Amino acid sequence: MKEQLESIRVNALAEIESANSLAQLDEIRVRYAGKKGEVTSILKQMGKLSAQERPVMGALANEVRANIEEKLSEKIAAINAEMLEKQLKDEEIDITLPGKELEMGKRHPLQLVLDEFKEIFLGMGFEVVDGPEVEYDNYNFTMLNMPESHPSRDTQDTFYITENILLRTQTTPMEVRTMLNQKPPIRVIVPGRVYRADEIDATHSPLFHQIEGLVVEEGLTFADLKGTLEAFVKKMFGEDTKVRFRPHHFAYTEPSAEMDMTCFKCGGKGCSMCKGEGWIEILGCGVTNPVVLETCGIDSTKYTGFAFGMGLERLTMMKYNIDDLRLLYENDMRFLSQF
Amino acid sequence: MNASVNWLKEYAPFDCDIHRFSEDMTMVGQKVETFKTESDKCKNVVVGKVLSISEHPHADKLVVCQIDIGNETLQICTGAHNLKVGDLIPVALDGSILPCGKEIHNGELRGVASNGMLCSIGELGFTTHDFPNAVEDGIMVLDEEYPLGTDIVKALGMDDYSVEFEITPNRPDCLSILGLAREAGAAFNVPFTAPETHFPEGEGDIKDLLKVTIHDNHCQRYSAGMIKNVRVKPSPKWMRERLRMCGVRPINNIVDITNYVMLLYGHPMHAFDYKYVNGNEINIRMAKSGEEIMTLDGVQRKLSEKMLVIADEKDPIAVAGVMGGEYSGVYEDTNMVVFESACFDGPCVRATSRMLNLRTEASGKYEKGLNPDNCLSALQMALMLVKQLDAGDIIGGYIDNYPCPRTERKVEFDFERVNKILGTDISKEEMIRILACLNMKVENNIITVPTSRYDIAKDKVTEMNDIAEEIARVYGYNKLPSTIMKGVAVAKPTEIQRFTKKVVNALLGYGFYEIETFSFYSPKNFDLLNIPADSWLRKPVVISNPLGEDTSIMRTTAVASMMEVITRNFNSRVPSLALFENAKEYWPIDGEDLPKEPEKFILGCYGTEKDFFFLKGVIEKLVWSLDIKDLRFVRNTDGGTYHPGRCADIYIGDIKIGVMGEVHPIVLSNYGVKTKVCIADINSELLFNSIEGVHQYVSLARFPALTRDIAVVCDEKVTNGEIMDVIKSSCNGKLESVKLFDIYRGSHIEDGKKSMAYSIVLRDKEATLTDKIADACIEEILNNLSKINVFLRR
Repeated sequence: MKEQLESIRVNALAEIESANSLAQLDEIRVRYAGKKGEVTSILKQMGKLSAQERPVMGALANEVRANIEEKLSEKIAAINAEMLEKQLKDEEIDITLPGKELEMGKRHPLQLVLDEFKEIFLGMGFEVVDGPEVEYDNYNFTMLNMPESHPSRDTQDTFYITENILLRTQTTPMEVRTMLNQKPPIRVIVPGRVYRADEIDATHSPLFHQIEGLVVEEGLTFADLKGTLEAFVKKMFGEDTKVRFRPHHFAYTEPSAEMDMTCFKCGGKGCSMCKGEGWIEILGCGVTNPVVLETCGIDSTKYTGFAFGMGLERLTMMKYNIDDLRLLYENDMRFLSQF
Repeated sequence: MNASVNWLKEYAPFDCDIHRFSEDMTMVGQKVETFKTESDKCKNVVVGKVLSISEHPHADKLVVCQIDIGNETLQICTGAHNLKVGDLIPVALDGSILPCGKEIHNGELRGVASNGMLCSIGELGFTTHDFPNAVEDGIMVLDEEYPLGTDIVKALGMDDYSVEFEITPNRPDCLSILGLAREAGAAFNVPFTAPETHFPEGEGDIKDLLKVTIHDNHCQRYSAGMIKNVRVKPSPKWMRERLRMCGVRPINNIVDITNYVMLLYGHPMHAFDYKYVNGNEINIRMAKSGEEIMTLDGVQRKLSEKMLVIADEKDPIAVAGVMGGEYSGVYEDTNMVVFESACFDGPCVRATSRMLNLRTEASGKYEKGLNPDNCLSALQMALMLVKQLDAGDIIGGYIDNYPCPRTERKVEFDFERVNKILGTDISKEEMIRILACLNMKVENNIITVPTSRYDIAKDKVTEMNDIAEEIARVYGYNKLPSTIMKGVAVAKPTEIQRFTKKVVNALLGYGFYEIETFSFYSPKNFDLLNIPADSWLRKPVVISNPLGEDTSIMRTTAVASMMEVITRNFNSRVPSLALFENAKEYWPIDGEDLPKEPEKFILGCYGTEKDFFFLKGVIEKLVWSLDIKDLRFVRNTDGGTYHPGRCADIYIGDIKIGVMGEVHPIVLSNYGVKTKVCIADINSELLFNSIEGVHQYVSLARFPALTRDIAVVCDEKVTNGEIMDVIKSSCNGKLESVKLFDIYRGSHIEDGKKSMAYSIVLRDKEATLTDKIADACIEEILNNLSKINVFLRR
């Protein structure tokens, strides 16, 4: 019996060794170690053995079976590994082939810059408001301290619809509308289209976008205006950007200023972009003229305001180094796909 | 305003280089646009003296000169024949550069050494306007004595700088040398000294010769002086130089004097030939209806009753503040001249100049509102110059009508308020010092504002802001602190702003590029879009003063703008594209002043697979992403812009929110686009309004669904929509979804019919759906379909 078991072991292990498929191994397992296998049939003859021999033979039979099963598992694992290896090898791809072509649009560069602008000012507590482009002369000029015959009106060539209705030349009329409709504290920005009778060329357009800002609060100062705009420029153009304020004149602010920032291209050293000055004019601003506050029903002894306005096209052209304003409105795909 | 730096220095002796000057003037509020000088264009040219002139041995047309340039004598050949021994002339030395661009080197002329060149006025960049005594085709002979060897740049005053300032409209006082010198004084903290003026003595009395009457209060002041025996000749070099540096061409002494005074005081002056002042009287009045005048520029102009004129006893001789009449100049035979120094109402001059479409140097100044207090000083200065230049003999006395003198404004000085406005801590003493620089005295806490600064304290509520600006700009804007606003504010985009962003992001995801187009266009677009003649779209907001037809109306439909962009890209051979614009339109509303300005989402596409159903799919997905239910497409057969068989109105429930479709072939051919284009035109506000608040969670299905596919046969004319409506109205809540997955025409299907295959998902929310119930559902669907002649395919 012992010899039988040993010969089963030798045969089984040899067969396992030479097997090369999972099916073969399964067949070997059934034949030797299965319920009706050879080891089992040996065990069935145990009854013929003496009481001393029985446990010895039993132990040997179990050892043979375990030995076979162990070898089987090893061989199965080896074959699985081999098959996986083969699969991986077969499935190798040329990863330099192109990806699936998905379609995805892009935002217009003006809107990209505007979005960034809005995010910066939202962060400083400014709401975004929108107003009519076809506007009353009264809101565009008169209530902004620019009565009929005011020379400042000449600097803005105006498209008129009727005598008292025009295409707004600035987003500033929305300041008036906001102040008429809302009690301080007020913090708003007004992006939108404005119109001036300029022939279109590389730097002019009869239609462009302005972004207006207005704050009306108690105890606001010119220094707050400076601080707010400095913070904006640093967020928009980088922490190293410096600004300077130059005295200027706007009918609806007093004191008034224009703000320059260090040329983003040369960092202030002077280059063709900034005409060698190192500075680029970026916006107009000032402390809201108390006359305007009063006109809009706000107590100028209690509240102070400040306002600023800038051109979106200019910001965008500066940001992306676009040299011709017309590109922004031609919407050529070769242009749009760049942003 | 162009100004000569040397002239400014005469009244405010600042001492700095031109770059510093530009920077500091800009920072005090007088922005320097550019500056230029002739000094760097002319190098190594000196004053020389002709010692001898001899014939050239080999050339008849040349002469050989010996020239003393102080420290040496040079031999120079020249072709000019206007020289004589002793003349002082400009000598270009070896290696010199001339304003005309020439470089001069020692050389030989026909075998004779010539060590330099003698210069003409042209070679030095001048004309006879600058130097009336010089000859044009010969060597410039200097008419004043200079030490030999003096740099010509210095001798001819070319070392000056001409600076161009941008003067803001509130500062008409700075349209003058004196105004700018005052600012320079403040900027550089040097004293400003105004020139002393007085009336020079003369013979006789002007009042016997001239009567001046102001008939209208648009003339604030009218002063006049007279001279006789006018001697018209060129003005001296110093005056010509200054005029030139300020961008004014010298003409003759009388004209130059009026221009010089205008530059100095910023106050236009006019000189009338007395012989053409009929009746020896000047009347300042409004023009009468029907009156006309031939202005100096030779144009006959109709005047209106809204225009102020200077008239003699019967006719206008000048349009006040704008331009004189044809006989109002100074001519060869002029003997007596009336100098007018007047002040007219700015708005009136502005309106007149606009009505006549005539803008002049004078009108440009007057319309900003000049200071009538300057009239007399300007007149005095003019008469003093006449005397100094010997341009005529002064007639005694002067005329000065000044009915309502301008008064100095008094402002109570609230220095704390100034600090509050600026957010600063500037001392009162410093503020008073700054105000003094600007000629504003503070006494007993009252600021006296000079009449030249009528922009300040126009209004009580703004006066401290005005003062704050004056203090801040001289103190230095950039020395003021920068602070963060003290108040706290919380902001968030509005719901519609968030919605818009969401739509934009969705469209980008579907492959649409965003475009920006003009809000105005030509009315031709309505024809291009094939819009019916009676459509309200053809009644836009019209611009009364457009630049041209292309900017003449505000768009009532942004579809035209989309078509234009599509056309442009099609023409540049873009094979396929998808675009959108978040566009405003402008719709006139009956009975309203202002139009409605609705926002639209205009979608446009063309190219492979960018057909009607692509666009419809985009809209379906977009609406789904916004969690809006009840999207419906209703066939629209109107034609016009869209293909009548391929167009749908877009509804959410009962609200039409837009239209979409393939563009009409006629429209495509109007634009010259040779491919099919699809457009959707969606009203953003209506779409936004159909969002029903926050979506509420629906519990996940616990029981499995069953899917049944059916194929039905029907006539071609039966639409998918009709079949879907029937299916959806069946099964009493057990129908979860239904989807068309195939349309078949061909063998086994009768001609004129089609087979439609639907995948139907059924589910019972309360229990596991049995086959039996599912079968009953399908039975019900087929039964209902048979009522519209749609039958199960067998």
